[in-house]
Amino acid sequence: MSSGKHLNGIHVQHCKNTAGLAVIPFPLPEKVYIPMSQNIGAPCQPVVAVGDHVKVGQLIGDCDRPVSAPIHASVSGDVVGIETFMDQMGRDDVHVIIQSDGKQEVAETVKPPVINSKAEFIAAVRASGVVGLGGATFPMSIKFNVREPAHVDTFIVNGAECEPYITVDHAAMLSNGADIVECLRTTMKWLEIEKGVIGIESNKPDAIEIFKDLTKDDANIEVLELRQVYPQGAERVIIYESTGRHLIAGKLPADVGCIVSNLNSMLKLGMFLKTGMPLVSKSITVDGNCIAKPQNLDVPIGTMINEVIDYCGTKGDIRKIILGGPMMGRAIPRDDFGVMKGNSAILCFDETFGAQRKETACINCGRCVAGCPMNLVPTKLAKAWERKDIDTLREYDVTTCMECGCCGFSCPARKQLNFEIKQAKGWVMAEDRKAAEKAKAEAEAAKAKEGGNK
Amino acid sequence: MADKHTNLIVSSSPHVCNPADTANIMRDVVIALMPALGCAIYVFGFRALLLTAVCVAACVFFEWAYRKALHKEQTIGDWSAVVTGVILAFNLPAGFPIWMAIIGCFVAIVIVKQLFGGLGQNFANPAIVGRIVLFVGFATYMTTWPVTGHMSGAILAHAGADAVSGATPLALYNLGEEVPSHMEMFLGYINGSMGEISALALLIGGCYLVFRKVISPAIPVSFLATVAVLSLVFGRDPLFDLCAGGVMLGAIFMATDYVTSPITTKGRIIFGIGCGLITMLIRNYGSYPEGASFAILLMNIITPHIDVWTRPHINGVPKAKKGGAK
Repeated sequence: MSSGKHLNGIHVQHCKNTAGLAVIPFPLPEKVYIPMSQNIGAPCQPVVAVGDHVKVGQLIGDCDRPVSAPIHASVSGDVVGIETFMDQMGRDDVHVIIQSDGKQEVAETVKPPVINSKAEFIAAVRASGVVGLGGATFPMSIKFNVREPAHVDTFIVNGAECEPYITVDHAAMLSNGADIVECLRTTMKWLEIEKGVIGIESNKPDAIEIFKDLTKDDANIEVLELRQVYPQGAERVIIYESTGRHLIAGKLPADVGCIVSNLNSMLKLGMFLKTGMPLVSKSITVDGNCIAKPQNLDVPIGTMINEVIDYCGTKGDIRKIILGGPMMGRAIPRDDFGVMKGNSAILCFDETFGAQRKETACINCGRCVAGCPMNLVPTKLAKAWERKDIDTLREYDVTTCMECGCCGFSCPARKQLNFEIKQAKGWVMAEDRKAAEKAKAEAEAAKAKEGGNK
Repeated sequence: MADKHTNLIVSSSPHVCNPADTANIMRDVVIALMPALGCAIYVFGFRALLLTAVCVAACVFFEWAYRKALHKEQTIGDWSAVVTGVILAFNLPAGFPIWMAIIGCFVAIVIVKQLFGGLGQNFANPAIVGRIVLFVGFATYMTTWPVTGHMSGAILAHAGADAVSGATPLALYNLGEEVPSHMEMFLGYINGSMGEISALALLIGGCYLVFRKVISPAIPVSFLATVAVLSLVFGRDPLFDLCAGGVMLGAIFMATDYVTSPITTKGRIIFGIGCGLITMLIRNYGSYPEGASFAILLMNIITPHIDVWTRPHINGVPKAKKGGAK
């Protein structure tokens, strides 16, 4: 259902240098450093000890809190260390370090799950360790287990891949289209969702062709050709493009009757349902003007990022390494971090690309307003943040920002609008939380006082 | 485990940006002004080029000197002072005394722009205020129009045998005399401020700016459409009103100044309609023959309010709920 209307966005250079390249397996690393915080929500605790022998797919970290996903060994070998150091997100994180024995023996626990009910399906989804692989890393099992299942009528597979450079979803569509569709059908069956949508940006006509062909006899699955406007792959944008519904800040897709899943997540989940092999490796595009041979690799979780970079060969002096795409990805300060589930690209650039651009004065041109998919006024928010004006930030809905970066991309004054709004958003949300806590404490105090008076 | 690539740059996303920056945009505006400059040189001769060059040099100098004197970062590289210089020159008669033009540049750059904090902070278009100050301060010189052989017969006839000073089409219209033909006015064989004579040259520049996505057509179209409609309503000649005076220059190059015009399309349409309305009210009822610059100045002043009124609506948030329970 397309209403003919679209959300604002911007035109970015696609730079899909690796388009059409299949995902090839990365050679086995000697050691992997697997962080225990790989999803939004609670971190895992190691369930192995130093000296243990582990096999591929064996559970090494888990957590009993609801919003979490288990972590599995990506290589077979001995656990040589459980140490705490900084991970790629800048957090102090527990890492399970495994010395590979080179055999890649598969754990006995790896066998296809037996599913006879929705509860068993959700349990299997959790056991797969799959999270939102586009970068959000939200545990799939929580995403699938919505509070009001009857309310959800559309399952959206997000194959937009709107970030420049990244092509791993495209590669998955070309090579494993049937697996993805099968996983979508299974998911729709167990979650009792009538309609499936596979959204693909129109810069991937070959993938659209494949999926149209795969689903031509299935009236319940629609292949939706998305415009070549960034950010089609943003959850709120793809929901609007698929259903015409607006997802406002603070709500979950299920609140508007949708579940949105990253395409690679569906592929990995499908593999688990078929073979029982949980998420132990991640498809990653390695590209950028410092990479000699840009390619798509299937990298074991925990592999050092610099090993991946060196494998592809470098040229020139690397000054910026981005995990993810250039619009929303994070520039990392060091390259000795283990690959995590949420990584979809490692992009290496030289000084010419990486250098900070000089900020000049805002000229009120309105490009940030025209580019904002959420209809915010980014320049107004950034100025309010600069003068720490919380009332204006609230009045102009700073918390609606989804940090897609369209404003900063468009700004001719090179202002870091996205960065300023991100900080402002964090500040307003923290203040709101403080206010809520204070109100709660006051209410409790009043209650206690009342009780005392009685 | 070793950190191989050291000295990495860490910055917030996005890591790419649109190639257009402020200097690029301003340069495009200067390029778009060139056809009108060519036209001015053709009609008025070398003096037009000299006056434009002086205004540009003076604007850039004043900006440089002010920033230097106050130990502020230099901003002349952003080309905005060049744009102000060219546009201010375009608002002057070709024979305007050089030293007076320099005063206009001082007012535009130092008083209107820099004293308010420089580019992006000025509440009104510097060139417009410069023009209005000169108009009020040196009214005789600002309305002394040289006559050259390239002009319409109607203007030459009015100028008479001595042919030292002529009248603009709007002045002729107010006097009830014969005005130049539409084609003469469209091409620019008329009298007036240097840069505003040729509607064609200005339209070519405007199309270039729209094509380069420097300006959106919202303001020029709504401004010019309002002028045309009101011209009809007042029983005047719409084509005459569009081509005469500063409407075309104002609509394409001055009303579209980012800093002093609204930020949203809706706001820009309101702004353009307001400019057209005030222009035509002044032309029809006011004592001045031309009102485009006053119209733009007045609309500049209410721009912040238009921005508040036309704030974009957040997708999916019901309008009634806004500002309610939250």
